[in-house]
Amino acid sequence: MTNNSVHFLLNNDVVSIENIDPNLTVLQYLREVQFSTGTKEGCASGDCGACTVVLAELDGDNNEQLHYKSINSCITFVGNLHGKQLITIEDLKEQGKLHHAQQTIVDNHGTQCGFCTPGFVMSSFALHKHNNTPTRAQVLEALAGNLCRCTGYRSIIEAAITSSIGVDDDSFAKHYQQTVQTLTELQKLPTPVLTGNGHHFIAPKSIDELAYELVREPKATLVAGGTDLALSVTQHLASIDKLVYVGNVAALSTIEETDSEIVIGSALPYSKFIDTLHHYYPDLGDMIERIGSKQVRNNGTLGGNIGNASPIGDMPPALIALGATMTLHVNGVERTILVEDYFVDYKKTVLKPSEFIKSVQIPKPKTGQILKLYKISKRIDDDISAVLAAIFIAQKDQKISHVRIAFGGMAAIPKRAFAAEAELQGNCLTKDTVAQAKQALTLDFKPMSDVRASEKYRMRVAQNLIEKCFVELQSQTIATRVVNYA
Amino acid sequence: MRSLINVKKSGVDKAKTNADKSVVGGQDNVGLGGVGRSKKHESADKQVSGEAIYVDDRPALRGELHAAVGQSAHAHANIIAMDLSAVKAAPGVIAVITVDDVPGHTDIGPVFPGDPILAIGKVEYVGQPIFAVAATSYDLARKAVKLAKIEYETLEAVLTVKEALAKQSFVRPPFTMKRGDSDTAITKAEHQLSGEITVGGQEHMYLEGQVSTAVPTEDGGMNIYTSSQHPSEVQKLVAEVLDIPLNKVLVDMRRMGGGFGGKETQAAPWACIAAILADKTTRSVKCKLGRMDDMIMTGKRHPFENSYTVGFDSHGLIKGINIEVNGNCGISPDLSDAIVDRAMFHSDNAYFLDQATVTGNRCKLNTVSHTAYRGFGGPQGMMTIEMVMDDIARYLGKDPLEIRKINLYGKEQRNETHYHQKVEHNNLAELIDSLEESADYQARRKAIIAFNANNPVLKKGIALTPVKFGISFTVQHLNQAGALVHIYTDGTIHLSHGGSEMGQGLNTKVAQIVAEEFQVDVDTVAISSARTDKVPNSSPTAASSGTDLNGKAAEAAAKTIKKRLIDFACEKYQVTAEQVKFANNNIIVGEQTFSFAEFSQLAYMGRVSLSSTGFYKTPKIHFDRATAKGRPFFYFATGASVSEVIIDTLTGEYKTLRTDILQDVGHSINPAIDIGQIEGAFIQGMGWLTTEELVWNEQGHLLSNNPATYKIPAINDTPEDFRVALLPDAPNREHTIYNSKAVGEPPFMLGMSVWSALKDAISSLTDYKHSPVLDTPATPERVLWAVEAAKAVLCAEKK
Repeated sequence: MTNNSVHFLLNNDVVSIENIDPNLTVLQYLREVQFSTGTKEGCASGDCGACTVVLAELDGDNNEQLHYKSINSCITFVGNLHGKQLITIEDLKEQGKLHHAQQTIVDNHGTQCGFCTPGFVMSSFALHKHNNTPTRAQVLEALAGNLCRCTGYRSIIEAAITSSIGVDDDSFAKHYQQTVQTLTELQKLPTPVLTGNGHHFIAPKSIDELAYELVREPKATLVAGGTDLALSVTQHLASIDKLVYVGNVAALSTIEETDSEIVIGSALPYSKFIDTLHHYYPDLGDMIERIGSKQVRNNGTLGGNIGNASPIGDMPPALIALGATMTLHVNGVERTILVEDYFVDYKKTVLKPSEFIKSVQIPKPKTGQILKLYKISKRIDDDISAVLAAIFIAQKDQKISHVRIAFGGMAAIPKRAFAAEAELQGNCLTKDTVAQAKQALTLDFKPMSDVRASEKYRMRVAQNLIEKCFVELQSQTIATRVVNYA
Repeated sequence: MRSLINVKKSGVDKAKTNADKSVVGGQDNVGLGGVGRSKKHESADKQVSGEAIYVDDRPALRGELHAAVGQSAHAHANIIAMDLSAVKAAPGVIAVITVDDVPGHTDIGPVFPGDPILAIGKVEYVGQPIFAVAATSYDLARKAVKLAKIEYETLEAVLTVKEALAKQSFVRPPFTMKRGDSDTAITKAEHQLSGEITVGGQEHMYLEGQVSTAVPTEDGGMNIYTSSQHPSEVQKLVAEVLDIPLNKVLVDMRRMGGGFGGKETQAAPWACIAAILADKTTRSVKCKLGRMDDMIMTGKRHPFENSYTVGFDSHGLIKGINIEVNGNCGISPDLSDAIVDRAMFHSDNAYFLDQATVTGNRCKLNTVSHTAYRGFGGPQGMMTIEMVMDDIARYLGKDPLEIRKINLYGKEQRNETHYHQKVEHNNLAELIDSLEESADYQARRKAIIAFNANNPVLKKGIALTPVKFGISFTVQHLNQAGALVHIYTDGTIHLSHGGSEMGQGLNTKVAQIVAEEFQVDVDTVAISSARTDKVPNSSPTAASSGTDLNGKAAEAAAKTIKKRLIDFACEKYQVTAEQVKFANNNIIVGEQTFSFAEFSQLAYMGRVSLSSTGFYKTPKIHFDRATAKGRPFFYFATGASVSEVIIDTLTGEYKTLRTDILQDVGHSINPAIDIGQIEGAFIQGMGWLTTEELVWNEQGHLLSNNPATYKIPAINDTPEDFRVALLPDAPNREHTIYNSKAVGEPPFMLGMSVWSALKDAISSLTDYKHSPVLDTPATPERVLWAVEAAKAVLCAEKK
């Protein structure tokens, strides 16, 4: 049973949309359909955060809580709003009085040209909804996807770090229960479908429904967060005929732990699994904090990052090094493969027509196993890696008993460094073996030059990262990384 | 991180006191108007609530169309054939224009010709506008543009500065400034060094892209709503392309979402294209560039390739120097003559060069025409001499700060620039001493040496670099401004001036100046769009001059009305002028006190004109280009910064750990706004020199054409420990508005301290004996290569 419209809360009003092209982004919807121009277009590619809005969605064990998340409205398709509350800059002022997230920016002289400001306000608003007294690090994490060209950020940081204790009884808090109730009702509606301008969108609610939809329409485009896919529409002016949204399939948005594995649903956004992974693999948690921005991590998913098979996706090298597996599903039939075996060639995978990624299984570390991850990019925040190195290593009796090394950015696909591994496996970790492993990398990879880095730099850094790993394993007291140096 | 508020170092508390107490014109004068106070930005409340209206936010008029522009795919080619039939037939398309449809001028070069509005038979850079469409929606317009079929005959393209120099391909003739006999001085000096540096350009990356809306008027004219730093030039160019008089074009500019120089000349083409399409369709047309189009089609900060030969003594004192600066101007002159001039004017930065020859070449390349950007060539000029300071220091085994200090301009001697202007009121020696102490430079230098000795992977570096920046347009006639002030019968004031608000707080400061004059609350001064029908023939808001020029013009307008009010009071109440006082929203006449509103009404009833224009032109300045001598600058703005960085010698990654800044803004009109300018400028300057890398391929296509590939500083790049202070008790000795100093551009160049600190960290690898060459932007890749070069030097020495 389907329902020919998408329903969501626009602040406190239930809105249903139909006959709208599902290629429309939330930003276009706000500015061109609602004539709400407070939300700005800075780049239409999810890189600047000027368009940041907040979505509140049901969360918690019984779906009785609201989770407020900042997203880039410029790369979120309007269908993704179904069953959620959309909060924009226009909704924050209450009876003419500025919201805490707004007043603190005024008080700290945090606006100059003001064009990025609505985005910063919304990011700060979302942060404070879950954290009244954020630390500097938490503020930076929440605002790293918002670019400001005028202020130099100091004033904005001071604004966002200002405690909101005692001023958190805003209109959203007052309407909390009512919002939960309305969203619960919207969630009960039949599967939403949106058709407009000859293009279609459907948001299946179950795995069976999703599988059926993909069998029926093998050429349909799967969309999760859309943080990459939407660029084809906003930057390359493409139109997608049939979008199948996976974010409404509850069974794809889970995270579970077994004795030996962490099982992550393919449609679960990064922000929902970062803490678990950080617990088992601190480097992985730290690295995920540098994937895109908060807005991207709130929408972007593991399934999407693997699924689009980019040579510069940050998760695949880590998953390959860890020996993670993934479960693929087609029409009721499932198979489980190594993530490593998923990638065939540039943007080519083993995924069959109508097949989709259901989950990813990450092994928990065994005693002695350490994952070292290094993301090299021009900028620390919100940048795409020139090189990503993942080294999963264990030593026993002074010898390397286990090693798997994978790199991103070094080849057309994320790929193991077999030759380098061979130099290390079973040997003592010494300067000589490290030098040999570094040398062996030239057999593993022939990187290319592009706007991010030269081939020469990629190779040299990849080699040096093996050396860095060695230095770190030798001594845990010496600081070796600038990213988190304080 | 610390803000001004909780900084404990000396000078800073005094600066804060200034902010609170409003020290005006050297007297303690707690002015109600607010000059000297940290008034919030006039638009702050609207900006945080999404209520501030930018051009793209204006409600569409009935039938409003959207423009998109077809661009060249080649760096240099003849257009053999152009088939636009599919474009014309595309859904929603109402009009398509080529250069043949332009009613008037087809060249919109701002100073010199060279910028065809739409290509005329050939293209000379990738992204050059060829044709434009107007369609019923933004998406349809953009999609239609892609359907053009254009046949090119490609021609050889000049794509590097070296090629341009070899071919003598220049947009304007070379120019030399000279003082004394540098060749002899260099030869006679104890030591000689020479070097080269490539300084990268910079994308403006204003958050609001280029946008203009053109609305046809009933008499064949055009109203333009634009995001432009130069409304009067937009007015003139729109009139010229439409072949109508200037009085039929009105340009309205409420606010920009950032400018930084990128909307000085680069806003005009889109306004002109919108106007031509609006004229043709008799419908309102909006021309908005998508981010990628904006980055491809608009000019950037000029990349430079500079070289030097210096002679110096064993103390490191410069005896003579030859400097060559080669600006990559792109395809046309645009503002490049003045930009390369400014690079030459600032080739000394803060230092006495003694015998000096500075030559500037304006290289013509087949890329988009490079343009104004905060600092206007000054930053690129300064980089050479800052490189010289580091190079001399390493050569002599001294701390670069010592070399910088001894080469500073003197007060009574050693105070003439290579263009023969005396450097007056020079406070840099004291300013640097104060910063060196407050930033704890010497102790931190020691701590860094210890840290570096104990860490095999990470190395720290520190550097203190000064800035001396000349204030005035070097094109003399631009140093003028107008303003218009009205007082209404309820005592509220309306203010217009020729400057444009791009976030820098100009409107706030000018309103404070007018409020100060009348001693009324600043909130009673309304300020709206810069409009060419209110204040005509305005100069661009550029060269850090916005407040200096427009503040003085507004003050003049206010003073004229004030005098009328005083005269009226004297006549009506038989008092002397001294008995009329403006205070606390009141006008006190002898024993009587009137509210400002009451008295305005009285004046109106007494038939006193409550409206006046004001005008200002900068005094003292002159420059003779034939002899390369003169006084191009009214005064100099100065400042200095200390930055500490940490680098990873295995990856080239780095981070700025702490920055201390001391900036001379004279008597600050608004300390909070000035500090915001300083912080923002520093971070932007740091970005220019570190992560912001423009990459063109061998066919002249810009590869870094979106914010995913072009990385401006993000929030984690701001130093955690960031201390910015205003130099206390430092009124401008020249008679500027309230003895303030310009602040927009000067602190941009403080970012050089980060670059120099990176070099310091790299130099530690050779025990500070070698000066690394570090071209900019100093991306992690460039830093790693510099590290490897340093290691190679070390290896060679061991052998």
